[in-house]
Amino acid sequence: MTDLLNKHSFVELGARQRAKALLDEGSFRELIDPFQRVMSPWLSRQGVVPQADDGVVIAKGAIAGLPVVIAAIEGNFQGGSLGEVGGAKIAGALELAAEDNRNGIPTCAVLLLETGGVRLQEANLGLAAIADIHAAIVDLRQYQPVIGVVAGSVGCFGGMSIAAGLCSYLLVTREARLGLNGPQVIEQEAGLEEYDSRDRPFIWSLTGGEQRFASGLADRYVADDVAQIQQQVTELLQQGLPTIQRSRQAEHYLQRLAVLDAEPQIDPATVRDLYQGERS
Amino acid sequence: METLSFEFPAGQPAKGRALVGCVGSGDLEVLLEPGTAGTLTIQVQTSVNGAQQRWQHLFERIFQEQTPPALNIDIHDFGATPGVVRLRLEQGFEEIAHD
Amino acid sequence: MRGLQWFNALSAGATPVSGLPNSLKVADGVLGDQPVRFIAVVTDPHNRFPRARNGEVGLLEGWGLAKAVDEVIEAGDKRPLIAIVDVPSQAYGRREEALGIHQALAAAADSYARARLAGHPVIALLVGKAMSGAFLAHGYQANRLIALRDPGVMVHAMGKASAARVTLRSIEELEALAASVPPMAYDIDSFASLGLLWETLTVSQIEQPTTDDLARVSDCLVQAIKDVQAGGVDLSGRLGAANRAASAHVRQLLREQW
Repeated sequence: MTDLLNKHSFVELGARQRAKALLDEGSFRELIDPFQRVMSPWLSRQGVVPQADDGVVIAKGAIAGLPVVIAAIEGNFQGGSLGEVGGAKIAGALELAAEDNRNGIPTCAVLLLETGGVRLQEANLGLAAIADIHAAIVDLRQYQPVIGVVAGSVGCFGGMSIAAGLCSYLLVTREARLGLNGPQVIEQEAGLEEYDSRDRPFIWSLTGGEQRFASGLADRYVADDVAQIQQQVTELLQQGLPTIQRSRQAEHYLQRLAVLDAEPQIDPATVRDLYQGERS
Repeated sequence: METLSFEFPAGQPAKGRALVGCVGSGDLEVLLEPGTAGTLTIQVQTSVNGAQQRWQHLFERIFQEQTPPALNIDIHDFGATPGVVRLRLEQGFEEIAHD
Repeated sequence: MRGLQWFNALSAGATPVSGLPNSLKVADGVLGDQPVRFIAVVTDPHNRFPRARNGEVGLLEGWGLAKAVDEVIEAGDKRPLIAIVDVPSQAYGRREEALGIHQALAAAADSYARARLAGHPVIALLVGKAMSGAFLAHGYQANRLIALRDPGVMVHAMGKASAARVTLRSIEELEALAASVPPMAYDIDSFASLGLLWETLTVSQIEQPTTDDLARVSDCLVQAIKDVQAGGVDLSGRLGAANRAASAHVRQLLREQW
């Protein structure tokens, strides 16, 4: 219990506070801050109240002295969904970070992902922005690590789970969930038998941070604590580019999937064994 | 969704600006920026229709207690209760005072 | 089946590439006078993963696409890639989520993006549905997007029925809204107004392309390849439409404040 008193929850922080918490003291500088009111051109006309920063905070600063741009998604606004403006903020920031590197400035990126994916009110513009984000991650990743953090409580879904899969490193907590499709959508499309969206332990056992880490689909598993997350992000940044990028192991994963008996329905242990069994 | 405007008497312009809250369920976002001496303006964009009177009364009660500094306030409301609105405004005023 | 029809028509005489999941059709052929690789995702009623039997992009398809594209990158030439897009959705299932379908789709997007950055012209030809995660994995990383003009050609983030449920609207309400909000619309002309397409083409028989149809589409693909070879490797050609003005404005502001 003493631990509880010393910990500062990262999950409870808003997007802006999270970005501040990770950056070196006094180095936080926000781009297109909320007072510039660059808001969604699509929400108001559909009767949805917009947010001044469209739910995305872009901040430049330093982590352990390294030049960093952070993109933090606010999970409490529209479920962290990405529309045109928020999506362009992330894509544009990553594009400029890559350009920095081509000009000799070693800017790296940290993405704080709390998102359901595309904002359906801006459907095709959200999807297009996410394709731009994917493109920009792959570009920037040639030069510097792009670190994804899924802390919770929204988790990371939809097209942005693909973005998470493109990151050089991925850091998760126990509160995190990471998956392509949201539980309700899977239940709607495939039925209750296939996926019971109300069964929280079931959902977490398959897509929760602990399982993702144990299956080799995330690189760090950290407690929900500002100092520990900050420390792990710093370590990963200092580590530089990974020797092998997870999304570039097609042969390995195809070979693993080939030996799986896909007939019976799957359980978490099978996934761990299949993906990690041979690591030891 | 509705957009509402309010104006109240105020003192001297505030020095700094502040942002508190978030447009999440039952919450609101408040942006406070220095205004013209003597006037406090408030623009409310709210998901709850037909609540003009309730906002008016709430603001009157809050500003009755103490004359506010001159500000332009923008509110993006996602169904916050009067208690939450009051809390966020007080937070905003406090942040400005500390700037 | 449109994807398969167009794949067969375009890749007539090409050499099929083996060693890939049965749900992928891949062949090395010639377009105009240059060698290209054609790639399509097709239905596979015997797919080991039951939720990916109707042309959905699932685990095998994601990793398989990555492999098919990586082979071309490794060959070291600048051979163009032609992605023929007719993908109804990503696969929705327990096996898929558990085994990390997001990572499989990331692998596909990764490979297509790297191919583009390495100087391979990547062209996506939309002949049917191009939905959500499936399109992100197969097509959306292309330098140029070409769509056939037809009611069955559709780009979207979510099917109508699901989108209606998630946004708590009826399908009728959703359709009415979509008519006035271009990014929400399901038709290809509204999509074209977002500036994301390089070209739209009308053909006479989209289900069973005629010789003329094939010639027109092949010619367009050749033009697109030339256009890429003359230009850059990024996706900046997609910015500029009035209906996507905020995307350009945000980038301009970021640059000023960077």
